[in-house]
Amino acid sequence: MTSIRSRLITILIGTTGLVWLLAAIWIYQGTRSEVEHVLDARLTEAARMVNSLLTDQRIELAMTQDDDASAVPGFVESPYQRQLSCQIWSLNGKLVGRSENAPEAKLSSAGEGFSETTIDGEVWRVYTVENARLGVRVMVGDSVHIRDSLVGGVVKGLVLPGVLILPILAGMIWLSVRRGLSPLNMMADTLSKRRANDLRELPATGLPKEIAPAVNALNGLFKRVEEARERERSFTAFAAHELKTPLAGLKTQAQIALGSSDRQVHANALRQISAGVDRTARLVKQLLDLTSLEASDAAPVLVPVDAKALVDSTVGELGPLAGLRSIKVETVAECDEKVMAEPHFFALAVRNLLENAINHSPEGGVVTCCVGQSDTKLTVSIEDDGSGVPEPELSRVSEKFFRGRNKSSTGSGLGLAIAEIAMARIGGEMRFQNRQPQGFTATLVMPFEKAPT
Amino acid sequence: MRILVVEDDPMLLDGLTVGLGLAGFTIDPVSSCADASAAIAAQRYDAIVLDLMLPDGSGLDVLASLRGKKDLTPVLLLTARDQVPDRIAGLDAGADDYVGKPFDLDELAARLRAAVRRGTGRATASLEWRGVVLDPADKTALKGDAPVKLTRREFAVLQALMERPSATVSKAALEDTLYGWQEEVESNAVEVHIHHLRNKLGTDFIKTVRGFGYRLSEEGA
Repeated sequence: MTSIRSRLITILIGTTGLVWLLAAIWIYQGTRSEVEHVLDARLTEAARMVNSLLTDQRIELAMTQDDDASAVPGFVESPYQRQLSCQIWSLNGKLVGRSENAPEAKLSSAGEGFSETTIDGEVWRVYTVENARLGVRVMVGDSVHIRDSLVGGVVKGLVLPGVLILPILAGMIWLSVRRGLSPLNMMADTLSKRRANDLRELPATGLPKEIAPAVNALNGLFKRVEEARERERSFTAFAAHELKTPLAGLKTQAQIALGSSDRQVHANALRQISAGVDRTARLVKQLLDLTSLEASDAAPVLVPVDAKALVDSTVGELGPLAGLRSIKVETVAECDEKVMAEPHFFALAVRNLLENAINHSPEGGVVTCCVGQSDTKLTVSIEDDGSGVPEPELSRVSEKFFRGRNKSSTGSGLGLAIAEIAMARIGGEMRFQNRQPQGFTATLVMPFEKAPT
Repeated sequence: MRILVVEDDPMLLDGLTVGLGLAGFTIDPVSSCADASAAIAAQRYDAIVLDLMLPDGSGLDVLASLRGKKDLTPVLLLTARDQVPDRIAGLDAGADDYVGKPFDLDELAARLRAAVRRGTGRATASLEWRGVVLDPADKTALKGDAPVKLTRREFAVLQALMERPSATVSKAALEDTLYGWQEEVESNAVEVHIHHLRNKLGTDFIKTVRGFGYRLSEEGA
């Protein structure tokens, strides 16, 4: 698992280290060239000074003296004092004088200006001034080794604190990252401690603006999940309650059948039980239909459907139900073309509407199914001549489990809800209205798209 | 005992009407809040069995309007919503008892009898007057130690009188106890039942209050 914290720490320490390294190299180079520059200037200045002293005859040239060459006495001992050596050579190659610690070998054999010479394994940087009038060369040199250690000392003084600071810096980076990420850690901690069913919103106040969108999105998700769960819970509770009532009826009727010796009471109770089981079975089937409708979230697959044939076959299936109460079901079709539709949901809607119409028809009534089409819409209207729906209840008929005052004895309050949800799934809609002088019309409207032939 | 049953499920309503009828109750079945309110306004009931989820409202509304009118008729709630909070809400709204669906018919009958008994201020299940003991649960009557055989309607008339021993009960009230809405009242039925009861329990057990009705006679009167 990747960790933002360790990534951040690695990146920060890496880049800081790199910057430090580059800075150290820069300082080293800069210091070195600066020191060289200063030391070179010192060499030049020293050589010219000696030369001018010679010219002004403030010091005597011991041209003939062979023994001692301590021509430049009187320097106070100091670490830097030893670094400069001075030699004065005659132009014909004779050592005229030298400073106290100057090597005996010639410091430079080159002409005027800077040169480097190795004497006894030690490298010297030398500046030579020629004094043609006096016929001497003044050479002032210092040891490159000492120069290097000088540069090294300066660089060490600059870089060492940096190297020592680096671990402290790393520690501070670690602490800062940790502190900077603490809102994220707190959120993760809060979430990991939660129980699976705890969908309360995370506190959204005082959040850094980088986390706020994530928290808001999470809260939105929590809310939607909670709503879906609440819908499911209330539906399950409602369904369980709806099943309890027919169960209570069945039990009561069974107890009557068991307890009564009256033949007529006995037979009536058994008839009620039989009808009650049918009704409960239908309720269970509708609950399953509803669940499958609400559970499937795939886009409906449209295939060519012969709307008239579909309505006819549904009418055929429900024939026995209509026959029980001598209800006549008629079909009027003004649509012969195949349309693009999702056949399962379409049939489910038609079936539930038709069942509803049959259940609400009086004995011997007529149910009419009209299949019609316009340029853009396909409609299936199912009319019954039952007692209709009181106007105030009209807007509620497709609520789940809603059963109005004029309810049928076998309804579950789910049929119209199923039809409406099924139509919504395939891009259609339901319209409900009362008929004059009596009856009810449920109209299914869906987009009409002619099937390719 | 005359009971109003409010239940919107036709199979259950039929079962309650028949089943409680077999248990000796006289049942008026209705299936909506509006019908229930109309029935309560027109008739005095010994108890009301009330479903909560009705097509035109909640049974709790019926209960609230009943209690609002200071009507203390025992109410037994009958509902699929039988979780503890539902029960508490129902009882706090003024119900006397709460039965969850599905239920046992005999238990429901027993709870109804208990509710009616508490409504009339009695602690014991059986009724007793001058050596006659009536057990509404198993529909038996004893005179001394000897069982007395009574028909369902004779029992109902006797029970109505024994529930309020010192009160005079009108003939109309007795008819209400005996006949639900669907039953046709026979004109002299009450007189016939009283006559039979006097034969079985002694002629001086029930006194006729001329022009008003009947009551049980006092000790030794």
